[in-house]
Amino acid sequence: MKHKNPIWSFFASVKLALFTLFFLSTTSIIGTIIPQKESPHWYVERYGEKIANLFANLSFTPDMYSSGWFISLLGLLCINLIVCSLERFPGVWQQIKADNLATPPARLEKMTPQHRWQLDGQDNDVANLLATSLGSIGWPTEKRNHEHGILLFAQKGAMTRIGVYIVHASILIIFAGATLGSILGFKASIMLPETNSTDVAYTFGTHTPVNLGFEIRCDNFNIEFYDNGMPKSYRSQLSILEDGKIVLKKAIVVNDPLTYKGITFYQSSYEPFSDFLVTITNKNSGLSETEIIPYQQQQTLQKSGLQVGVISADGRGQSASKMKIWFTDNNGEPSLFWLDNGAQATVERSKNNYTVSVKQMYATGLQVAKDPGVWLVYIGCGLMIFGLVIAFFTSHQRIWLFIQREPGGKCSILMTGTANKNKTGFAKTFQQLSESIHKA
Amino acid sequence: MNSSQLIGITTFTYLFSTILYAALFIFKSNRLGFIATIFTIAAFLIQTAGIGLRWVESYQLGIGRAPLTNMYESVVFFAWTIILIYLIIEWKFKTKIIGTFAVPFAFLAMAYASFATGITKEIVPLIPALQSNWLIAHVVTCFIGYAAFAVAAGLGFMYLIKNTSDTRQSTNNSSLLGTLPALKVLDDITHKTMVFGFLWLSVGIITGAIWANSAWGTYWSWDPKETWSLITWFLYAITLHARYTRGWGGTRIAWLSIFGFISVIFTYYGVNFLLSGLHSYGSG
Repeated sequence: MKHKNPIWSFFASVKLALFTLFFLSTTSIIGTIIPQKESPHWYVERYGEKIANLFANLSFTPDMYSSGWFISLLGLLCINLIVCSLERFPGVWQQIKADNLATPPARLEKMTPQHRWQLDGQDNDVANLLATSLGSIGWPTEKRNHEHGILLFAQKGAMTRIGVYIVHASILIIFAGATLGSILGFKASIMLPETNSTDVAYTFGTHTPVNLGFEIRCDNFNIEFYDNGMPKSYRSQLSILEDGKIVLKKAIVVNDPLTYKGITFYQSSYEPFSDFLVTITNKNSGLSETEIIPYQQQQTLQKSGLQVGVISADGRGQSASKMKIWFTDNNGEPSLFWLDNGAQATVERSKNNYTVSVKQMYATGLQVAKDPGVWLVYIGCGLMIFGLVIAFFTSHQRIWLFIQREPGGKCSILMTGTANKNKTGFAKTFQQLSESIHKA
Repeated sequence: MNSSQLIGITTFTYLFSTILYAALFIFKSNRLGFIATIFTIAAFLIQTAGIGLRWVESYQLGIGRAPLTNMYESVVFFAWTIILIYLIIEWKFKTKIIGTFAVPFAFLAMAYASFATGITKEIVPLIPALQSNWLIAHVVTCFIGYAAFAVAAGLGFMYLIKNTSDTRQSTNNSSLLGTLPALKVLDDITHKTMVFGFLWLSVGIITGAIWANSAWGTYWSWDPKETWSLITWFLYAITLHARYTRGWGGTRIAWLSIFGFISVIFTYYGVNFLLSGLHSYGSG
């Protein structure tokens, strides 16, 4: 081997891999016991100043998993993986590409499992017969004449030897995707009140503003509850605007986000307001107005001069399910009625008829993520499963038959084989193979 | 007959299966072995019916979801998968004694599901975060992995017992443990079961990551559950590498199969109750 310098050998050792994995698993525990991503103040309160300082100095807090030493451990694992694989792959490739017909018969004599028998006929005829019979059951053979006889060879799954390297490569691809995402992407959040729009999100942790490059508007937010009071769905109707024009509209729920220009918006939380969105339409003139009105305050609508207020509300926690509306067009007595959240009612007044709808106002909490590395991570994940299946459940199986001429027009046949994995399984396969050839 | 009754019956039938396998272990009677297998299959079918019925009932309640969403349902499914994997091993490796060490896990899981206080058996609808097609894929794959690791730990335990008795006695055929499979066979089955579990745990972690990405925009956030699943994955990765590259086997692998399972239990159960994080819905 050309690389035998001590640094290379150090990184090429499996011992290092075992040590790194062990060290990673034990240190990972720390961050599951000490809560992560809390404020410095929180840690002092919880653990006292001395211990909180110690934790901070050791980078256990606030975010151990992105600390220098933890990332270095992951980096060490990567280098170790690369060097280990580079060190071993050439040897494995040689085994895949090996000229198995060059295997000396003397070595075949020593291999197990073994099967020996005799057949009548010329060695060449016998070899052809055996080759045909093996080929017909899915083991196509190669043939070569040796000094003392004819050697037949057949193999399956030579390429399965690279399964483990596919798994190793997949881990590196996942790390590459994660690195790409952390450099070029961001994770941020927006708290967006209904009817408002914004083109800025704030990153987690540092709260740095990120310009989205377009505007996002929350047209509507809606919570539904099951009969037992559990939340059933959180739904935000979102619009994407470019230069003030709507280019995309989508209602998002948890598990079904909206993606635009590589940025994805996830439904993550909400905040109920004590304000209400009231829409009043004059059925005669068709004039429609929507305004935000605070709870228990009388408000005059700007265009029509209609007066409206939410006197009381009924509901679950901070979510109102029905509201009592006070409404007048200054002709006659004010109307008083209950209205379900989001519902519409027709109000007949002396001169005009109106439709009134009211809805509690919410802000929708959106998680905003841009991760240009995620496709790499997914490719890595797919490759990992593929590689694991190959590495664990397939093997490289090889079979040799050595045919030697014997006195009296007979041939003796030595059949042997190996598998790089699952030897017990191969022993059975070998048994079946030798039986079926025997019949031929 | 409702699903709770069927699942309740299963608890007792698995207890009885455990007793039958223990009796087989002690008395070495082939007939007992046959009865134990038949009985376990019957218990498994009752449980399957129970889980299926719970699914149907959820539709009758107008909820309509797979019975895989809270602690109670996952423990029941865990027991079901353990028995399934055990029965496959019994059939494939033609050895019944392993049941003595595998079936009790299923019984303990069922007993916990049935009798523990603080876990609800009610069929409740899904909160928004759980309304995803990835739910079934994630839970099923994880639990196949967990169940395989449970069986592997049972086998590892069996190996250690057999190993101790073999070194103490020269003629082991007459002893109680003489009927246990040969150490080499136990070692082989333990390893194969761990490999199987490792593949499914990997798929489980990956489906969880994809789900997290579609729900929150982060496929990995180092929350305690995720981290513990990774710790478990590391432990089994260490075990497999030690075996493949350093030729570890026997007692070392047996011990590792037990340590690995302790980590599984902590990932599954400990995290929900001792640590806080995103997986809080698994604890109810």
